[in-house]
Amino acid sequence: MSEARSNQHLLSVENLRVEFPTRRGTLVAVDRISFHIDEGEVLGVVGESGAGKSLTGAAIIGLLEPPGRVAEGNIVFDGERIDDIGYEKMRRLRGNQIAMIFQDPLTSLNPLFTVGRQLTETIRTHVSIDERKARVRAIELLNEVGIPAADRRVDQYPHEFSGGMRQRVVIALALAVNPRLIIADEPTTALDVSIQAQIITLLKRLCREHGTSVMLITHDMGVIAETADRVAVMYAGRIVEIGPVGDVIKRASHPYTRGLMNSIPVIRQDIEQLVQIDGSMPRLTDIPPGCAFNPRCPKVFETCRTERPELVDVGATKAACWLYDYARRPGAGSTT
Amino acid sequence: MLAYIVRRLLQSILVLIAVGFIAFSLFNFVGDPINNMVGVEATDAERDAARKRLGLDDPFPVQFARFAANAVQGNFGQSYRLSIPVETAIAERLPATLELVFVAAVMALAIGVPLGVYTGLHRDGAISRMLLTASLIGISLPTFLIGILLILVFSVWLGWLPSFGRGATVDLWGWETNLASWEGFKSIILPAVTLCLFQLTLLMRLVRAEMLEVLRADYIKFARARGLTNRAIHFGHALKNTLVPVITITGLQIGSLIAFAIITETVFQWPGMGLLFLQAIQFVDIPVMAAYLCLVAFIFVVINLVVDLLYYVIDPRLRLDRPGQVF
Amino acid sequence: MVATVTGAEQTTSTWLWRFRDSVRRFFDSDVFYSFRRSPVTVLAFVTAVIIFVAAFGAPVLAPFNTNDVATLDLTDAFRPPVWMEGGTSEHLLGTDDQGRDVLSAIMFGTQVSLVVGFLSVIFSMVLGVSLGLISGYVGGRIDHVIMRIADVQLSFPAVLVALLLFGFAKAVLPRGVQDAVAIYVLIVAIGLSNWVQFARTVRGSTMVEKNKEYVQAARVIGRTPIAIMVRHVLPNVMGPVLVIATISLAIAIITEATLSFLGVGVAPTQPSLGTLIRFGNNFLFSGEWWMTIFPGIALVILALAVNLLGDWMRDALNPKLR
Repeated sequence: MSEARSNQHLLSVENLRVEFPTRRGTLVAVDRISFHIDEGEVLGVVGESGAGKSLTGAAIIGLLEPPGRVAEGNIVFDGERIDDIGYEKMRRLRGNQIAMIFQDPLTSLNPLFTVGRQLTETIRTHVSIDERKARVRAIELLNEVGIPAADRRVDQYPHEFSGGMRQRVVIALALAVNPRLIIADEPTTALDVSIQAQIITLLKRLCREHGTSVMLITHDMGVIAETADRVAVMYAGRIVEIGPVGDVIKRASHPYTRGLMNSIPVIRQDIEQLVQIDGSMPRLTDIPPGCAFNPRCPKVFETCRTERPELVDVGATKAACWLYDYARRPGAGSTT
Repeated sequence: MLAYIVRRLLQSILVLIAVGFIAFSLFNFVGDPINNMVGVEATDAERDAARKRLGLDDPFPVQFARFAANAVQGNFGQSYRLSIPVETAIAERLPATLELVFVAAVMALAIGVPLGVYTGLHRDGAISRMLLTASLIGISLPTFLIGILLILVFSVWLGWLPSFGRGATVDLWGWETNLASWEGFKSIILPAVTLCLFQLTLLMRLVRAEMLEVLRADYIKFARARGLTNRAIHFGHALKNTLVPVITITGLQIGSLIAFAIITETVFQWPGMGLLFLQAIQFVDIPVMAAYLCLVAFIFVVINLVVDLLYYVIDPRLRLDRPGQVF
Repeated sequence: MVATVTGAEQTTSTWLWRFRDSVRRFFDSDVFYSFRRSPVTVLAFVTAVIIFVAAFGAPVLAPFNTNDVATLDLTDAFRPPVWMEGGTSEHLLGTDDQGRDVLSAIMFGTQVSLVVGFLSVIFSMVLGVSLGLISGYVGGRIDHVIMRIADVQLSFPAVLVALLLFGFAKAVLPRGVQDAVAIYVLIVAIGLSNWVQFARTVRGSTMVEKNKEYVQAARVIGRTPIAIMVRHVLPNVMGPVLVIATISLAIAIITEATLSFLGVGVAPTQPSLGTLIRFGNNFLFSGEWWMTIFPGIALVILALAVNLLGDWMRDALNPKLR
């Protein structure tokens, strides 16, 4: 590895735009977003369903389902562009350098193969070792993700595992060849609440031990709060705010992020009712011009309806909101 | 699992008894079997004697039990038309039909499954679209018409292949086969193609539909995310998952191949069981009809059992003892 | 759909009105839209209409009345189609061994094929829908028995079942009436071999519908099970039944042709497409292919058009059916 790379980001996404051509015109599902993830860092990505979180993850690992495609921008991993390197090169990267975990552990595993076979198959795809060694490694991995009696369970089929255990197997599969980045797409949503914390803790611990970076996609602010180092908030295909997790949670700048934070129930506080954001996220077919959030924004003004805001520094975070462009803001001078 | 198999076996036996009962009714209620035995001119005394001798005076359940016992031993009496024991007639014809069905099934599987996989993987390709259109025509083409067209082109116009009979067969340890010599093989080509074409299109459409379904599954997406090669994903993960429904249909289709052999054998004058059965229907040769019915039912039941067992081999989920879920 | 439960005064006309209403909704819906959007389906529909008109209008439209032996002229026998040497414009598709005009024979034959096809589908539809309704509504042992019979029959191909029934009828009926009733035997045999699909589908829908509130309400106010089945459940399962009926029509037409080809179908005095193919087949080797091939083409086009309509209908009504 060259010297220059050491102070580079592990992953950086610039101006990424994901489109879906349809009969009624092109839908822009991810609209010119930029962010980066450093070595060993956990970046949380939050937003409502349909905000483009999962598609961003799929675009990074090169698994956008057609007709979806990366229309613009570039994705740089470990100093090299990976959004245009062709199928075979990308395949060698997948699972090996970048891994992905999906939402539903019940359907992520092939029901007809033993977990051992799925593990050894993954290992042997990327590392040239023989079946026997791969099996030893598979048992190690199962041990590592906390599956008891791993040397016996390695020969069992997915249906013989519980939901939580299956997600552990999925994590073992993702970590099988020590990737440098894991994209975890709602890894706990399908699980029982009691199991969710265990899985998150496990993922966090393993990634810290292996120095793996994580892009944690979720709509659960609680998970983000206790896991992520930084957090990106997405709305209608755009990043509206990004910054260190503590700052985003406690001192959110963007009106949407604030609304999001206020809508989290706080148990100790004795409030009468939850605050909610009026309206709902626009569909991809009718995203309003200007700031996509403007129809629901309590602080909307004229500029918001015509021009799209870019991310600007606001204290410790960056927010895409005209409120922080003091030149454009109405009644310039008044403070927030 | 054992409980499940026992239950399936009991069900199969019930089906066989039901079919046996229908065959028995054919014997007893359709036409007077005595007429067929002693001739119309026999006196009443002779008839009564024959009736006694044949046990037709016995109560109904006893008669049925006797019929069943005979049927199990392969004894169905004399063919009215051929005046030889039915089992002899069938034994002569069975190899021809089984061989035809076997060749057709192998062809349908060997061509239909790969085509289904291909059209499933390249769903929008020009070749796939062509194959799909062709398959719809294939489903609308009656078997006998396919046979006629093939005869017209390959026998009448081109003169390449024989159009009827088994041609030169070779005796392999008591089994007359078409597959041991080129001349014999030439005779089986057209009938086998005719018989397999419909099943081939059916199989292709089925495999394609299953393949498309499986390729959308999460575990395929996860397999891609793990960087597995396309080969491993398509032919390891996806194909194996399409196999369960494909095996069911293939099992059922082997049954219908045996039935459709009646048509093919008629078009090509292939001396098999189907032709025998059709002639039996035209001449109201009831013992042959009954025997054919029982034999076909038996073959179907065996195939269904084999299919059930194959499920267990392929799908580990079924190996748990939850018999109710297999349907 | 909210059914109005007004009690015993409900007349036949309201039922008719409701049926008409559901038919109208059928055509107003996305279904009709998807029909216009699919050129292949429109083509199939137009083809089917042309074939129906040609078949049922045969007595008026056909160049010759092939059912009338007096019109046959043996000197005209074995004429090839018009574009071949020896063909005449009088007989566009040539003539058969008795001087019968092939085109006219096809038109009359298609009529027979269609009549047998339609009647047998109606037969299996009435039988299957009734058994399905009873099976699904009553449940219990009756359901079990009906469905087991269906299972067993389903594992035997329709052609085989029809052949057996035909053989059975042939054995039972006296020789003299066999030709006269052959066509009815055929209709019943094909009908009996195709009811299972209807029964299974209707049974499934009935089991869903019977637990809905409006059926419960109807039961509470004391309507008879038959009234509930016919007036409330039946209109709700008509969509899938129509789809199966269309696909069954193609199957019935092909089955009829197959049986007639095997010589166990309609009487030779009333030839269907299958019978024509059977007769023509005897002359295949002497080179007079048109007697077989043209009826064959007519049969394939008819089956294909009906299949295409059925395919489209299935997708348009419910892509998850099947």
